[in-house]
Amino acid sequence: MTSNGVPLLDVRHLTKEFEQRRGFLRPRVSTRAVHDVTFTIDEGQTFGLVGESGSGKTTTGRCILRLIEPTSGEVWFRGTDVLKYSRQELRLARRHMQIVFQDPYSSLNPRMRARQIVEEPLVIHRQGTATQRRDRVAELFGLVGLDPAHLERYPHQFSGGQRQRIGLARALALNPSLIIADEPVSALDVSIQAQVINLLMDLQERLKLTYLFIAHDLRLVEHITVRVAIMYRGRIVELGPTAELFSAPQHPYTRALLSAVPIPDPDAKPQRIPVDPGWFEPPVPLREVSAGHWAAI
Amino acid sequence: MTALLSVRGLTTAFDLGGRTVAAVDDISFDVRAGETLCLVGESGSGKSVTALSIMRLVQPPGRIAAGSILFRDRDLLTLSEADMRRVRGAEIALIFQEPMTALNPVLTVGSQIAEALLVHGRAKRAEAHQRAIELLNAVKLPDPAHRVRDYPHQLSGGMRQRVLIAIALACRPALLIADEPTTALDVTIQAEILDLLREMKSQFSLSLLLITHDLGVVAETADRVAVMYAGRIVEESPVREIFHAPKHPYTQGLLASMPGATPGTRLRAIEGTVPNIGALPPGCAFGPRCPQHFARCDTAPPPFFDVGLEHEARCYLHEPGSGGRK
Repeated sequence: MTSNGVPLLDVRHLTKEFEQRRGFLRPRVSTRAVHDVTFTIDEGQTFGLVGESGSGKTTTGRCILRLIEPTSGEVWFRGTDVLKYSRQELRLARRHMQIVFQDPYSSLNPRMRARQIVEEPLVIHRQGTATQRRDRVAELFGLVGLDPAHLERYPHQFSGGQRQRIGLARALALNPSLIIADEPVSALDVSIQAQVINLLMDLQERLKLTYLFIAHDLRLVEHITVRVAIMYRGRIVELGPTAELFSAPQHPYTRALLSAVPIPDPDAKPQRIPVDPGWFEPPVPLREVSAGHWAAI
Repeated sequence: MTALLSVRGLTTAFDLGGRTVAAVDDISFDVRAGETLCLVGESGSGKSVTALSIMRLVQPPGRIAAGSILFRDRDLLTLSEADMRRVRGAEIALIFQEPMTALNPVLTVGSQIAEALLVHGRAKRAEAHQRAIELLNAVKLPDPAHRVRDYPHQLSGGMRQRVLIAIALACRPALLIADEPTTALDVTIQAEILDLLREMKSQFSLSLLLITHDLGVVAETADRVAVMYAGRIVEESPVREIFHAPKHPYTQGLLASMPGATPGTRLRAIEGTVPNIGALPPGCAFGPRCPQHFARCDTAPPPFFDVGLEHEARCYLHEPGSGGRK
């Protein structure tokens, strides 16, 4: 919580419909990718948004930053509604909200040197003189554990884990308070994943960052988040404190998801629960099953 | 148990602008009749190249430089291309990670299954359609009589992976090689496909060579495990040993780096990065990242040392007379 008790991010009834034309003169059909999504994140917290492909978790992250314009809803950041911002206000707000993408191979411009990639947000937001920017980039390189001797290298000269560090340095350049991390380690090898997760945790402590951590890896989400929301086909089906949600899941879909995670113990006897589409029809609203723990049951 | 497949000293090299790099470097392992062997490793460890080498599908500039691959007492590396074609699909089948690209988008799934049967003379054209429906039924695709006429784009990722498994099983192969068969899938679909593979294994009396990077998948499916690092197998053992008593520091590091012990704490990462296989150190390839590195490690790549029953590790910590450093 901030000192005045207002959450850093307060997402209310966020909805995104995509319109699709099925053919000339045929009526458009709209698909709800995100449906009435509501959650809050306190300052300094890591909040997990979990779901399978098509659940709307990535769209939700992009709508918060207005990289995709939501159809309706509210996104309150530090007490003001981001969705009501003018273009100018949005530009300023983006300093405080940054995103790290999943794929460290396609999210960095291959023609730019690492130094230019990290410096770019500073240039766009007209921060500092050229000398100040150079110092800041070197500082950021150190912060994310990259060797400043490699500033002039191109992305292809770095490994996947190092590229993700470059993406992180770029996101941190403007001293944001919220980082939306969209599957930040799922393209990385197991041994490198742990390095990047540790870095995210270190940076959070040092820079008092707030994370919206979007992921499908439940083991990872259990490890690093404090609160978590489970999404299915655009809706949140369960939301609550991570430890409680993992130990006492209330929605059958959450139970099914947890039962599907392979357990790294050959003696474990997995008891799978198959997903039943009937659980979601008709949709029921979230209700509070215990303090701060909501489920659509 | 007898070995169905015996790989001995397999080396697959890539000729890259004047220098030769061994993506797979002198590896040996067996897949026994009826078992599941998991080949575990990170990207660049050579696990997929191993699969392609067994199928003799390595494309230039890659080539199999040395070794033998004994399958049912024939060395696949000495077969003519025509004989090898009779092995591929019919006796050894391969399924890939990406169910989106492995199917032909302009043919119905039924005709793609039928093709596998017709090519190997396992069915006449008239029966092939019916056999395709039976196979789709076997892999539990809902409504197979209708789905057999579907095109790949009409199916979900999990359904496509089922179709690929049906194609792979069409000619009743003895060995199925599955290269990251569930990596591109959602976790609930992954669970279904792993269950299906297990069922198919007993129903079709298959041996399975499963390639994966996911230790959870290994724990659920493997009888034995071979861990690869930088083109070499560094540890091989029965599955319980790998999880309960890993002997190679790399295997230990992989297991320790998984989240799950105590939420909110730092993970025990393996420091450093996977080496470029073109520039391996002269000694143990894992040496530079190894927390237990000592002088001996830099002398030469370690050979296998026995560390238990059917359990071997390529690490000098286990060299007899090394003073019991552990």
